[in-house]
Amino acid sequence: MTRRWAERVMGLLFLLCGLTAVALLALIAAYLFLSGLPAIRELGLGPFLLGRTWDPDTLQFGILPLLLASLWATAGAVVLGVPAGFFTALFLAKAAPPRLAGLVRGAVDLLAGMPSVVVGLVGMTVLVPLLRERLSLPAGDTLLAAILMLAVMLLPPVIAVSQDALAAVPAAYEEASLALGATPEETWLRVTAPAARSGLAAAAALGVGRALGEATAVLMVAGNVANMPSLLSSVRLLTTGIAIEMNYAAPGSLHRQALFSIALVLFVLVVLVNILLTLALRRGRGAR
Amino acid sequence: MERIVIAARQLEVSYGGTQALRGVSLDIPARQVTALIGPSGCGKSTFLRSINRMNDLTEGVRVRGSLTFHSREIYGPDWDVTDLRRRVGMVFQRPNPFPMSVYDNVAYGPRIHGVRGRGRLEGIVEASLRAAGLWEEVRDRLKKSALDLSGGQQQRLCIARALAVEPEVLLMDEVTSALDPVSTARVEELICDLRERCTIVLVTHSLPQARRAADRTAFFLSGELVEQGETARLFTLPRDPRTRDYVAGRFG
Repeated sequence: MTRRWAERVMGLLFLLCGLTAVALLALIAAYLFLSGLPAIRELGLGPFLLGRTWDPDTLQFGILPLLLASLWATAGAVVLGVPAGFFTALFLAKAAPPRLAGLVRGAVDLLAGMPSVVVGLVGMTVLVPLLRERLSLPAGDTLLAAILMLAVMLLPPVIAVSQDALAAVPAAYEEASLALGATPEETWLRVTAPAARSGLAAAAALGVGRALGEATAVLMVAGNVANMPSLLSSVRLLTTGIAIEMNYAAPGSLHRQALFSIALVLFVLVVLVNILLTLALRRGRGAR
Repeated sequence: MERIVIAARQLEVSYGGTQALRGVSLDIPARQVTALIGPSGCGKSTFLRSINRMNDLTEGVRVRGSLTFHSREIYGPDWDVTDLRRRVGMVFQRPNPFPMSVYDNVAYGPRIHGVRGRGRLEGIVEASLRAAGLWEEVRDRLKKSALDLSGGQQQRLCIARALAVEPEVLLMDEVTSALDPVSTARVEELICDLRERCTIVLVTHSLPQARRAADRTAFFLSGELVEQGETARLFTLPRDPRTRDYVAGRFG
């Protein structure tokens, strides 16, 4: 009797925890919509999203430069970082001798725990001057620097999730492939990786989310001028825009409301990435 | 005497400190079904996995003595292990089709061995599925996932996948033990038909299966080969008292 009660209480408790997470998300979403919509309503969705000038002093709030900079930076970082992370995971999960794997894993964990401000500091003092000298630019704070920075920062979660996905592939699949005369490398690439694809896609999505949402480290290397983005010029991202300007945007002003609208755009982008991923996974599962 | 494809002489295999095979000498003749029987842990699966070097995947394995395929030492330097495994195929205890389409499962082996061109691959896939008695059941669902097939169909798909690289020898490791009786009967029929195409070594726990499907039978006990011979003779007139007890169902 008492045990059943205990179970019921525990069940309720877990339910409550789960509901809290959902409620918090709902609250954040509601808050973002409430505070992000007024500026969009005032400026118009078209001018807000597609306006090419972001200048709070003249009350011009077009986020296209920031939006494109964020999208380019994310795309660049994902193109560089996700394959690198995936192959690192493959190496760790399958090919590496145990001691070396332990060493690399330790390094990756350390990188994962590194505060982004520290990573940014290294980028600012090492990467930025290096780019400036090597590419003979007037300044090294560029979209390229942001891309490289983000590529490094998305490595740890991508590696961790891909590695779990690869390790979870049943050994029977690999045995079957080897028994047909495939080499271990062929087996990993043609059987193990495809079998782990849903986990690998999740890893990639996590990388996209990480790159899209990172503010501190890019803030320190991107130069933060709201230019229309190009690889070797200074850019301002959605995240860095909020981080820099929130301090001096007067409460209640259109400027401040527009910053909340940027946050709303970021939120919608992240939700979109997740929805696309879920759809892709479902389709992948259907076809198998 | 038939041509001998695989020959073991004083073969010893150990894992770490455990001796799994003790001085096994056995000839496997071409185009016949040879069944390996014996209680669990008797070494019959170890013997099977030595032939295509799947034992290499087990840590701490040591092989001594002689084991040859076409008179060339399997554990010597003459065999490239991928080449060996293409010519000596294997089907496992649990059906293990890849999580891909039926077609891609069968085409996998030919593809890794360099077969290109849709026409050629389609030909191989159809021929292999026909040889495994599965073509009529899957011809309309070649692009569907192999994991949606029934257990018996999956196992026949694994046989088709192994046949697609045209092995000379097919090693079968208790291939019906995870199947229902109807599927088991179909796979047994298939084994009998396949002897036309290749040499088969069949590890089985089922004595009736060995009687029905095998031309020759070898009885293993505690890592030793106790007795071997034509199946009918071994079951009706066993020479060794341990064989007599085992085939009479007194142990194992």
